Amino acid sequence: MSIHSSGRGLQFYAVAYLLFLYAPIVLLPMFAFNSGTIIAFPLQGFSLQWFDAMWSNATLRRALMNSLTIAVASSVLATCLGIFAARASSRFEFPMKGGIMGLIMLPMVLPEIIVAMSLLVVLLGMGVQLSLLTVILGHTLVAMPYGIAILSTAFASLDRSLEEAAYDLGETKWSAFRLVTLPLVMPGIISSLLISFTISLDEFIIAFFLAGNEPTLPTYIFSQLRFPRAIPVIMALGTVLVVLSIVLLAIGEYFRRRGNARIGGSPTGGLM
Amino acid sequence: MAKARFDAEARAGLTLISPPFFYALVILAAPVLTILTYSFLTDGYLEVLREFTLGNYREVLSDPIVRVVMTRSLVVAGVVTFATVVLAFPIAYYVSFFVRPERKAMWLFLITIPFWTSYLIRVFLWKVILGYNGVINSSLTGLGIIDEPLTFILYNVNSIVLTLAHAYAPFAILPIFVALEKIDRSLLEAGRDLGESRAMTFWRVTLPLAMPGVIAASLIVFIPTIGDYVTPEVIGGGKIPMIANMIQVQMLALDNRPLGSALAVTAMLAVALISMLFLFLNRRFLKRPQ
Repeated sequence: MSIHSSGRGLQFYAVAYLLFLYAPIVLLPMFAFNSGTIIAFPLQGFSLQWFDAMWSNATLRRALMNSLTIAVASSVLATCLGIFAARASSRFEFPMKGGIMGLIMLPMVLPEIIVAMSLLVVLLGMGVQLSLLTVILGHTLVAMPYGIAILSTAFASLDRSLEEAAYDLGETKWSAFRLVTLPLVMPGIISSLLISFTISLDEFIIAFFLAGNEPTLPTYIFSQLRFPRAIPVIMALGTVLVVLSIVLLAIGEYFRRRGNARIGGSPTGGLM
Repeated sequence: MAKARFDAEARAGLTLISPPFFYALVILAAPVLTILTYSFLTDGYLEVLREFTLGNYREVLSDPIVRVVMTRSLVVAGVVTFATVVLAFPIAYYVSFFVRPERKAMWLFLITIPFWTSYLIRVFLWKVILGYNGVINSSLTGLGIIDEPLTFILYNVNSIVLTLAHAYAPFAILPIFVALEKIDRSLLEAGRDLGESRAMTFWRVTLPLAMPGVIAASLIVFIPTIGDYVTPEVIGGGKIPMIANMIQVQMLALDNRPLGSALAVTAMLAVALISMLFLFLNRRFLKRPQ
């Protein structure tokens, strides 16, 4: 067996696997532009009516505004907190470092239902009114570890002598950070913002339990899945969301690579 | 002098880490500890009584419904993890060993895109694909291959497994890929030079070296799948609950916070135990003489 024949077999498998990965996403635009009201084959005909219905839906617009508010607030909060953690863990040794970082990164490996339920029980016990703010608290917590994972790579690959040079040239700690460090890790900050934004925009469980009566995009989608008549509009919404995610991810990937190129890293690896 | 410098560094580090640490303490640690406390308290009407009891855990461990749901969650998560990792390995292997270096990032990008699209909509679309009048059934009947729609693919554990295996595919591929990338290619040549066949080299060199990635992948898939709430709700039609659905029902619908808390703590313990087993296996593999 030569390397080429086994490579060919694997390549065939890889393409089949990609088809499996993309199967649901390929169906989205098919049903979104289909004029039939039932989500089934054969398709009826081309139509933009579901997109029209989507734009004129007031609840959906409210859910979108809520989701955007939550996503912007929690991505900024998560990234700010992430900068502290990434800087501390990549630059300093301090007591209990492993335990502290472990707790901060824990939401990455904790089932979300546990985070949502425990937070809900405490908030209800304290008599806190559920609102967008409570969702922001939860989303910041779950987005922060992903932000830290990205920011740590940015901070760890920073050349320390650049900062020292700034101190030698008379800059204070803060001005050296602002003028030297911050611009160098800026691509990492932008990808952290984008990843946190995307995570928050798609997060369902925490929003479902902590939003009270306010709809967010995922909870609105969930509430509509029960009504067959509402599905085509959801398909149109899904199509828009897919396009939006791909654009955001491409921008994030562009900045990550630019950051990597600036510090001389290799272009592979992604989130890991 | 050295000690003073260390103290200064420790202080600077602790000061820097305190905002995110404080946030995690208040928003994560305190609520989880509250749940832990609740799980030992007694449920009263409309309130939680401050009486210590082990009754909630006794109920969790003896109730047949809890046992069924817990076993189902473990089995589903186990099968999903196994299927996802086994299916993902060849992809990671292909991208690492056969794709040209400058095209690897593009492949990883292609693999991760579906993961970033709305989870709920993806889950729902599997229902559309697998449904009674869904894509598979309508095309198979249309082609005259079957007369009656297949029913074994909807509203059951199989469809939950398939949907979850799809949802967590990128989580499995990336860690395995990273582990494979780290393998020194000259080791493989050495294996071949020493007269091993290609299959034996893979079995005795590549696979053991990739094992930390495989174990990380298993862990990353297992933990969120066991706590998944959406898929049993949407695909299973709410009739095949998993542990997350049960926790939610106890906590909110039945308003039995102590029992719900005991369920949540038991689930967390199960996850922690299995994670520790995985990490122990990982250490065994890392310790192997290379």
